[in-house]
Amino acid sequence: MFIYTLRRILYTIPIAIGVSIVCFALIHISAGDPLSSVLPEGASPEMIAQVREAYGFDQPLVVQYLRWLALVVQGDFGVSIVNRRPVLGEVMAAVANTLILGSVAVLLGFIVGTALGILAGYTAGTGKDKVVTAVAISGVSIPHYWLGIVLVIVFAVNLNLLPATGMGGSASNGFSFDWDSISYMILPAVTLAVIPGSIIARSVRGTVADVRKQEFVQTLAAKGLSRGRIFVHVMRNALPSVLAIMGLQLAQLLGGSILVETVFAWPGTGFLLNNAIFSRDLPILQGTILTLALIFVAVNLVVDIVQAMFDPRIKRA
Amino acid sequence: MSSVASAKADIAVVGRRPPSRSFWNNVGRRLLRDPVTMFCAALILAIVLAAIFAPHIAPSDPYRTSMARRLLPVGSPGYLLGTDELGRDILSRLIYGTRLSLIMGMSPVVIATLVGGILGVVAGYAGGLKNMIIMRVIDVFYAFPSVLLAVALAGVLGAGLGNTIFSLVLVFVPSLARVAESITIQIRGQDYVEAALATGASDWRVVRDHVIPNVTGPIISYASSLISVSIVLASGLSFLGLGITPPEPEWGLMLNALRQAIYVAPLNAVLPGIMIFVTSMCFNLMSEGLRAAMDVKQ
Repeated sequence: MFIYTLRRILYTIPIAIGVSIVCFALIHISAGDPLSSVLPEGASPEMIAQVREAYGFDQPLVVQYLRWLALVVQGDFGVSIVNRRPVLGEVMAAVANTLILGSVAVLLGFIVGTALGILAGYTAGTGKDKVVTAVAISGVSIPHYWLGIVLVIVFAVNLNLLPATGMGGSASNGFSFDWDSISYMILPAVTLAVIPGSIIARSVRGTVADVRKQEFVQTLAAKGLSRGRIFVHVMRNALPSVLAIMGLQLAQLLGGSILVETVFAWPGTGFLLNNAIFSRDLPILQGTILTLALIFVAVNLVVDIVQAMFDPRIKRA
Repeated sequence: MSSVASAKADIAVVGRRPPSRSFWNNVGRRLLRDPVTMFCAALILAIVLAAIFAPHIAPSDPYRTSMARRLLPVGSPGYLLGTDELGRDILSRLIYGTRLSLIMGMSPVVIATLVGGILGVVAGYAGGLKNMIIMRVIDVFYAFPSVLLAVALAGVLGAGLGNTIFSLVLVFVPSLARVAESITIQIRGQDYVEAALATGASDWRVVRDHVIPNVTGPIISYASSLISVSIVLASGLSFLGLGITPPEPEWGLMLNALRQAIYVAPLNAVLPGIMIFVTSMCFNLMSEGLRAAMDVKQ
């Protein structure tokens, strides 16, 4: 287990370096001069040269990359071009907001998805199973940004039950678990939960149906074990893959909630990224993407290790 | 009957052979017997026909604006599905929108399947250093959450059809290349490939006769499941303002514009999303049907 973990961590290092190169390169493939958003209109050639030098853009790309990397490793992601605040602080505040929304959404998806998956797996081939499968396929096909809009129309515009957008009072002083804060979270969390919920439902259904067909389950039944005890055995086989999916889905949501955050104006990473793109705030853009990609890499690592702990067969592969 | 006999003869001669023509015939026959897949195929065919014959079907000009007719409700005389925020006929724009939405949804998957397939086969067959270089670069792109990568690329490259397609291709290539690579490695280790090489067959011949026929099935099966993702993601990029630019009719872009009007004309705002949903759902169900039809164990 130790060797496997070590090997898995070592394998992650070149990936992380590759990710940082891609994030660095993003700035250089961006349309237009990266300096255009810093320089005033009609800047003189001397001024352009001066700013170019100040930002280090006159150096070879490799030198620029290494300088940038050295700063990033120390936690210095530069300052936002728009409001001159340090990028790291802005990104971390957004990550916190997205993380809380994403966690609630994945938890919701886990509960509903597992329940539906068990129901379908235990009734495989029947009408109930077909309904659950149809719901789950709809769930992965649906444009979730559109679902968000539909939910806003129903619950905010027509029924006037829940707020349409924003994060309420907790936007400025962190999320607090009172009704006001929760009411702002319900619609975006439900919207975001649909995809992981559907994926989990399908996976649980498949595993439960497979495991139930295996001989050891019949043996358990033949031994006279109660249905409840057999259920525990079935779930123990299904759980590792479900936990892995949950971890990966949470990591996907951190980077993938941009559409839903835009619909609900939720001040998370997606919202930050969207604003950075349209105000051409390249340091924020770069910092957000790098942070999210590194979190994604880290979560993948943790998921692999945890899965290997549950399932010793993986280590040998 | 004859296909069974010939399949047995094949096994006797060379062991595990690549899927023969009769394999694909069987897949086709099973698909024809699957009502859900056929229904979805018919719907997709209707959408494709709508895209081709848009100028003949659309009741009015999708670009003609009118300040007097803004946001007419669904069911207005002459405007069956109402009008948008600039007074343009929504039905006509949805019909014309099939063109860009289908192109943006399907072309990234087609291109990525070719690129990813070639990269995967080359990496898997060549092995060694070439494999390491190709697959480690692919791993790096695989290390990004897919939506984030698409948004980041489209964001820095700027809006436009070409940039959207390029961004999505880059999102899909890594997983497709991984599928192609793992199958190629499996095939490369088979005895019949060693035998073919020993009898003097060139690498190209082995790839053409043994690797490509074996890779085709799984990669098409996987790629078909990506079309629905691609349609939702492509329209999503337009929805964010990173894909197609106004005034072109495209479902994601229409959804974003009409979103501002949910308090005035909520039903109008919902329509473009229904189109995205139905199209994506049909492609997903067809992909499910294809996978089931290709599963020989059934």
